[in-house]
Amino acid sequence: MANEHGQKWDRCLADSAVKIATGLGVGIVFSVLFFKRRTWPVAFGSGVGLGMGYSNCQQDFKSPYQLHGHRVKVSKSHTS
Amino acid sequence: MLRVCLKGANSAARKCLCGNGVPLHPLQQCRSYTSGGSGSSAGKIVAASVLTVGGGVGGTILYANWDPKFRANVEKSIPYSDQVFGLALGPAAPPPVINKPRKVEPVQISSMSEMWKDSKQPKAKEVEKKAEQPDAEGPPAPAPQETLEGEACVFVAMILSAEQNVLSVFCIPLAAAKCTECEHEPAVKERPEGEVAARLAEQDKAEQDLLTSLSSNLEDALGSTAKVTLQAIGAQEAALQAIAQHTRQLREAMEAEAPPDKKSTQWRVLEDALSERSRSVDEAGAAVLKAKAELDKLRGVIDGAKHLKIAAARPSILAAEENLHSMVVDLDSVVTRVQTAQSEAKIVSQYSELVNEAKAQFQKELNSITPEIQANWKGLTGKLTQDDLNSLIAHAHRRIDQMNRELAEQRVREQIHIDSALEQQKLEDKKALEVAVSTALEHNREQMRLEQEKKVEETREVMEAEMRTQLRRQAAAHTDHLRDVLKVQEQELRSEAEEILNSSLMEKETEYRRLTQDQLDSFTLDMNAAYARLKGMEEAIDSHVIAEEEARKAHQLWLSVEALNYTLKTAALNDPTEPLEGAVQAIKESCAEDEFAQALATALPSESLSRGVYSEASLRARFYAIRQLARRVALIDETRNSLYQYFLSYLQAMLLFEKAQEAPPAKLSAEDLDTFKLLSYAAYSLEHGDLELAAKLVNQLKGESRRVAQDWLKEARLTLETKQVVSLLSAYANAVGLGTTMAP
Repeated sequence: MANEHGQKWDRCLADSAVKIATGLGVGIVFSVLFFKRRTWPVAFGSGVGLGMGYSNCQQDFKSPYQLHGHRVKVSKSHTS
Repeated sequence: MLRVCLKGANSAARKCLCGNGVPLHPLQQCRSYTSGGSGSSAGKIVAASVLTVGGGVGGTILYANWDPKFRANVEKSIPYSDQVFGLALGPAAPPPVINKPRKVEPVQISSMSEMWKDSKQPKAKEVEKKAEQPDAEGPPAPAPQETLEGEACVFVAMILSAEQNVLSVFCIPLAAAKCTECEHEPAVKERPEGEVAARLAEQDKAEQDLLTSLSSNLEDALGSTAKVTLQAIGAQEAALQAIAQHTRQLREAMEAEAPPDKKSTQWRVLEDALSERSRSVDEAGAAVLKAKAELDKLRGVIDGAKHLKIAAARPSILAAEENLHSMVVDLDSVVTRVQTAQSEAKIVSQYSELVNEAKAQFQKELNSITPEIQANWKGLTGKLTQDDLNSLIAHAHRRIDQMNRELAEQRVREQIHIDSALEQQKLEDKKALEVAVSTALEHNREQMRLEQEKKVEETREVMEAEMRTQLRRQAAAHTDHLRDVLKVQEQELRSEAEEILNSSLMEKETEYRRLTQDQLDSFTLDMNAAYARLKGMEEAIDSHVIAEEEARKAHQLWLSVEALNYTLKTAALNDPTEPLEGAVQAIKESCAEDEFAQALATALPSESLSRGVYSEASLRARFYAIRQLARRVALIDETRNSLYQYFLSYLQAMLLFEKAQEAPPAKLSAEDLDTFKLLSYAAYSLEHGDLELAAKLVNQLKGESRRVAQDWLKEARLTLETKQVVSLLSAYANAVGLGTTMAP
C-alpha cells in the first residue's frame, strides 16, 4: 500500500507531463497555425495541459475516498 | 598542637612581657622580644618538659635503688627498664634464700630420729643420722634428703596411721615437718622407693659392716689383750712359782744339814733357781708391760667404739669393757701376788744372807781356831784331837755366850726394830693400803660404772620390750578395729554392689525387651514399607511407561514446534520467511490426538502458511518508510484529499518536528490521537521491540495515513498472529514436556 502513493505520484507526474507537453504542442500548433505565432495559445495549451493533469492527479488521489452514490428504488411492495 | 601551644605561649609571652616589660619602650621591646619571646618561651617549655621527664626518671631510679620490690615491679611492667636499672644501679640483688624452714627440718628430723631410736627401727635412725649430715652441709643433696625424709615421712606416717592413739602427738611435728618440707622444697622430686630402700639397705649394710668390723676389732683387741694378759699372768705365775721355789729351796738350803757334796749341788740348784727366778721375774715384768700396753690399746678401741654410738654394739662394748676390767683386775692381783712373793723372797733371802753371813762368820771363826778343819766338819768327828775338841768346845761356849749376849742385845734391839719395822710396815702398809684402796676404788668404780651401764642397758631393753609390747597391743587393737570397720564396710559395699547389680540387671532386661520389641516393630515396619514400596515401584513403573509415552509425544511436539520456530527465523531482512506449511503439517502429525495443539495449528493464518511472515526486524525497517509517508499524508482524509491538501500536508510534514520516539502513555487521550504523536509512539514501541503496541498505535491512524500504513499493519498483524500461535504452541509443548518429565 505504501507503494501506491508513490505509484500515484508517478502516474500523476507522468500524466501531467504528457498533458502539459501535449497542451504545449497543441498550443504551439495553434499558435503557429491559427494565431500568428502568438504566445497565448502556447501558454493556454500548456495551462490546459497542466490543469488537466492536475485534475487527473487529484482525481487519482481522491479515488479511494470517492463515494459513488446509487439511487435505490424502493418498491412499494417491499416496504409493506 | 605544638604550633597552637607555641602561638598561645607566644601571645601569653607577649602579653606577659608587654605587661611587665620596661615601661619606656614596651612596644619596641615587645616587638624585639616577640621574635625571641617565642623562642625563649618554647625553650622554656622544652626545658620544663626535659626537667620533668628527667626528674621522673631520676626519681624512679632512686626509689628503685631503695626499694627492690618497686624495682622488680617496674622491671616487670616496663620493658628494657631492667637494662636501664642495670646500667644505673648495677644488677639487682638476688632474693634472699629462704633457709629458715630448712633449718627447722634438722631439728624436727632429729626429733623424728629420737622417736625412731625408741622404736624398732635403728637402721632408719642411722639413715636419718646419715641424712642429717648432708642436710647440715647444705642444699647439695636436697633431693635425696628430701626423698629420704619424704620416704621416712611416708614410713612414719604409715606406722603412725597404724598406731594413731599412742603416737598422735608425734604426728603433728612430723606432718609439720612434711608440710614445711613440701612447702619450701617444691621443686624437689621424690626418689623412687626402690632407691630409698636400696639406700636404706646400703646404710644398713654399712652399719652392719661397721658393727662387724667394730666387733671384730673389739674381739681381736680383746683376744690379743687376753692372750697377752694371760701370758703376763702366766709369766707372773711362773715368776711366782719360781720365786716360791727359789725361796723354798733357799729355806731348805738354809735349814737342811746336807752333806757337803749335796750342799754344792743344792747351792747350784739354788743358783739355778735364782737365775730362773730372776729370768722369770724379768719375763713377768715385760709381759706385764706388754699386757698393760695391750689393755690401753683395748681401752682406746673401746672408747672409739663407744664414740660411734651404735646401740647394737653396746652389749659387746660392755662385755669388752667387763673383760678389760677383769683382765686388769687379774693382772693387778697377780702383780700384787708376785710382789708379796717377791717381798717374802726378799725376807727369806735376807734371812738366808744373814744365815750365810753367820755361817761364814762361824766358819771364819772355826777356821781361825782350827784352820785345818774343812768346811764339811760334820764328818770330821773322828779325826779331831782333844785340844781341837776342847778349843772347839771353848770356842763353842764362847760362841754360845756371845750368842746369848747377842740374843739379849738382839731382844732389846728387837723391840726397837720391831717398832721401827712396825712403823715402816705401817707406812708401807698404808702406802700399800692406799695403793690397794685406790686400785680397789678404781676397780669398784669401773665395776659400778659397768654395772650401771649394764643396768641401764637392761632397763633400756626392758623399756623397749615393754614399749614393744604396748605398741603391739596398740597395733593389735588397731588391727581389730580395722578388721571390724573393714567388715562393716565390706557389708555395706556388698549390699551397695548387689543393689547396683540388681538395678543394672533390671535395666538391662528392660532394655533388652525394649530392643527386641523395637526390632520386631521395625522389622514389621520395614516389611510393610518394603511391600508398599514394591507396590509403589510397580505403579511407578507403569505410570512411568505412560509418562514416557507422553514424554515422547511431548518431545515430538516440542521438536516440531521448535522446527516451526526455526522456520520463523528464516526470514531474511526484507523477505518473508519460508511458508510455515510444512512445519505446521509436521505439528499436526505429531500431535494427532492433542486437540489443543490441533486447534492451535489450525489457528495459524493461511497467509503465513502459504507465503510466510515477515520478521520483526523487516517490519521495523519498513516502518520508517511508512512513517515518512504517513507523515506526508497526515492531513489527507475523506474530506480533505485535493492536491492542494496534499501540498499542505507535505508542507506540514516538512515544517512539523516531533520527537523521533516518544514513550506512549498507558492510556491514550484524545490529543494523543494525532498522527505524528502516534507515529512517534509507534516508533518508540518498535524500537523497544513491542510490535503489538506499535500495531495498535498504527491502527489508531486515520485517513490517508491509515490507508498508507494498511499494508504494514496487515503484515504486522500476520506476524503477530503467527508469533502468538507459535509461542502458544511452544509454551504448550514446553508445559506438556515439563509435565511429562516431572512424572514420578
